[in-house]
Amino acid sequence: MSIFDKRLKGVRAPHCKNTMDSATQKMPVPDKVYICMSQHMGPPCDVLVKPGDEVKVGQVIGDSGAFLSSPIHSSVSGKVTGIDQIIMPNGTRSKTVVIETDKEQTYHESVKKPEVTDRESFLKAVRGAGLVGLGGAGFPSHIKFNPKNLDEVDTLIINGAECEPYITSDYRTIMERGEDVMTGIQAVMKYLNIPTCIIGIEDNKPKGIARMQELAKGVPGVRVQSLVARYPQGAEKVLIFETTGRIVPEGKLPADVGCIVNNITTIAQLARFLKDGLPLIAKCVTVDGGAIAKPQNVQALIGTPIKEVVDFCGGYSKEPRKLLMGGPMMGTALYDETYPILKNNNAILAFDESQVEGYAETACIRCGRCVRSCPMNLMPLRIEDAFIKDDYQGLQDYKVNLCIECGCCAYSCPAKRHLVQTHRLAKARLRRWTQEQTAKEGGKG
Amino acid sequence: MTQNLVITSSPHFRAKDTTRTIMLDVLIALCPALIASVIWFGPRALLVSAVCVGASVLFEYTYRKLMHLDMTIGDLSAAVTGLLLAFNLPSSIPLWMAVIGCFVSIIIIKQLFGGIGKNFANPAIVGRIVLLISFATPMTNWPVPLGTDAVTGPTPLGMVSAMEAAGVDAASSATPPSLPTYVDMFLGKIGGSLGETCTLALLIGFVYLVIRKVITITEPVAFVGTVFVLSWLLGADPIFHVLAGGVMLGAIFMGTDYVTTPTTETGRLIFGIGAGILTVVIRLYGAYPEGVSFAILIMNIVTPHIDNLTRIKALGAEGGKKA
Repeated sequence: MSIFDKRLKGVRAPHCKNTMDSATQKMPVPDKVYICMSQHMGPPCDVLVKPGDEVKVGQVIGDSGAFLSSPIHSSVSGKVTGIDQIIMPNGTRSKTVVIETDKEQTYHESVKKPEVTDRESFLKAVRGAGLVGLGGAGFPSHIKFNPKNLDEVDTLIINGAECEPYITSDYRTIMERGEDVMTGIQAVMKYLNIPTCIIGIEDNKPKGIARMQELAKGVPGVRVQSLVARYPQGAEKVLIFETTGRIVPEGKLPADVGCIVNNITTIAQLARFLKDGLPLIAKCVTVDGGAIAKPQNVQALIGTPIKEVVDFCGGYSKEPRKLLMGGPMMGTALYDETYPILKNNNAILAFDESQVEGYAETACIRCGRCVRSCPMNLMPLRIEDAFIKDDYQGLQDYKVNLCIECGCCAYSCPAKRHLVQTHRLAKARLRRWTQEQTAKEGGKG
Repeated sequence: MTQNLVITSSPHFRAKDTTRTIMLDVLIALCPALIASVIWFGPRALLVSAVCVGASVLFEYTYRKLMHLDMTIGDLSAAVTGLLLAFNLPSSIPLWMAVIGCFVSIIIIKQLFGGIGKNFANPAIVGRIVLLISFATPMTNWPVPLGTDAVTGPTPLGMVSAMEAAGVDAASSATPPSLPTYVDMFLGKIGGSLGETCTLALLIGFVYLVIRKVITITEPVAFVGTVFVLSWLLGADPIFHVLAGGVMLGAIFMGTDYVTTPTTETGRLIFGIGAGILTVVIRLYGAYPEGVSFAILIMNIVTPHIDNLTRIKALGAEGGKKA
């Protein structure tokens, strides 16, 4: 492996980290919160309250028996006024608990320091905290911390890369809650018996790197690694490769190469829960974009409508044409500003007309920029070719299933082809095709 | 207020480059060579270039219009093809012949195969080859630099061919009196196609394209390097063979055409080496004194196979490491 191969491909997207020095402002309690029952990867939670119930801060109002799930807590104290249905940005429907707040924020009796003595009780506490991956994916943390082969895991990787443009909420975690991060790391290392921890931070945040280095001084096994500021440095598989040189094989999990990756804010939140038992009820989000009057970092209660968050930031300075939940590279476009803040939100971006370009697709000129930018070493132009021809074997050969949907290919394409979008469709169709093939073979046998 | 929100699938940012900006960069990179051609061959070089660009754009416009297809002249690729074809013609060529070359390039090679991105061979190369075979005499009547249009002479490669035919060994004689000096060849003060002679100007264009990240250095370096090494191994003058004829123009501007060359860096390396070998072999052993255009055409044809052989392995794909 030559030195050139080690360079992260990816793209040099503009950083736009305008809100780096904006300390997190705490938003007042809104009149009503809308707590969505689908805030993690996996099936939505069942509603455990009914209209008319009094709820308190930290009370579990949604839970599910499914393996891939995480409980949902009330972020306010008040009265449940209704159970609504909302359409999620991805088109699925989800129940939403509407709570009228009494603004007193009285804690539920379940909010107390959890007793953690061993691995079992630690995992229970993580689930009780309602923790999910706060970087955006929303993968339930207690499942991440509980791989089948835990004894093979030797490295905890803390993801502080924050490679998406605009977003600075993880950076604010480092600056404002650095101690929590260290406490959380030490707890995970202790209870899961992981000897080493690498904190990866992009080098466009020198103060953040210095701060974590300072905090990690004298803590055995913990080191901070500066990463080249290049998108998608914070993608799980990329981060594992950049920090440890290990490659997660196709169809395997990070734990299979001895790694557990966690977002830095998730870890800080974990420390908070271990201290006083307060589950995940508020989230720091970066509010930015050309249409926002006063871009800043805001701590909002989960379930606060986005409109109120925007109003807190001085409202819109221009007419918004695109509203994003998450960053511009992988975030989701919203159709409605009444949509509530979720656990895994880390940014609300409102773009004005000038930032929303209509891209006319032109013919592929085979320039190979998508190939040069793909962090997974895929060949997006070939995948698109195979997709257009309904060539499922080709899709399989070109490994579209390994696509992490980071969007580098579509970003770099001069012909403005919708490459990553095609990959998403191709992945779904290939999955279905593979199932059909297996069924057919099963029928023959 | 929010009724007007745009919903698209991520990414919501796109790089600023478009096909048009890339083609514009290529046109800019061709400008030094265009200026050099006017210096050495006079205003007629500019006239031939203008006619080729105009005719190419017009052919593309007419075809797209008649066939009710999207208009693509705005991406400037037809202009690039026209200018590259002009660079491959002697400045004395009758204009109607140049227009025929443009027809072959744009209509037959590019549009009939589906337009930009779909052509299997470099349109300008095929245009030149068709003209060379159809009109052998006007296509090999090379105006002398700084001379009047009426005065013509051979290219350096033509001289070597002629000497070989006459039994004089160009490589072994100390300084063949009639061959131009390296400095003259580097500056382009030699007979040849109007845009291919000035190595200096072409190199300026090369540096510009590399800085603008339009091309990578792999293919040009492989092409020129192979010509140098192979001609040296076969006993010919390596510096002469690199500076003479269309090696520089071909390596920098034709062998890096996205559509007709491989996508991966390994593929581009293979393409460059292959084109270099074919060029030297044709020059030293073939019937034609110059072999760059044939070499590139042949490599264009095998490009899909190179692409298939140089697929890169995905990160973490079964049984593999990062390629």
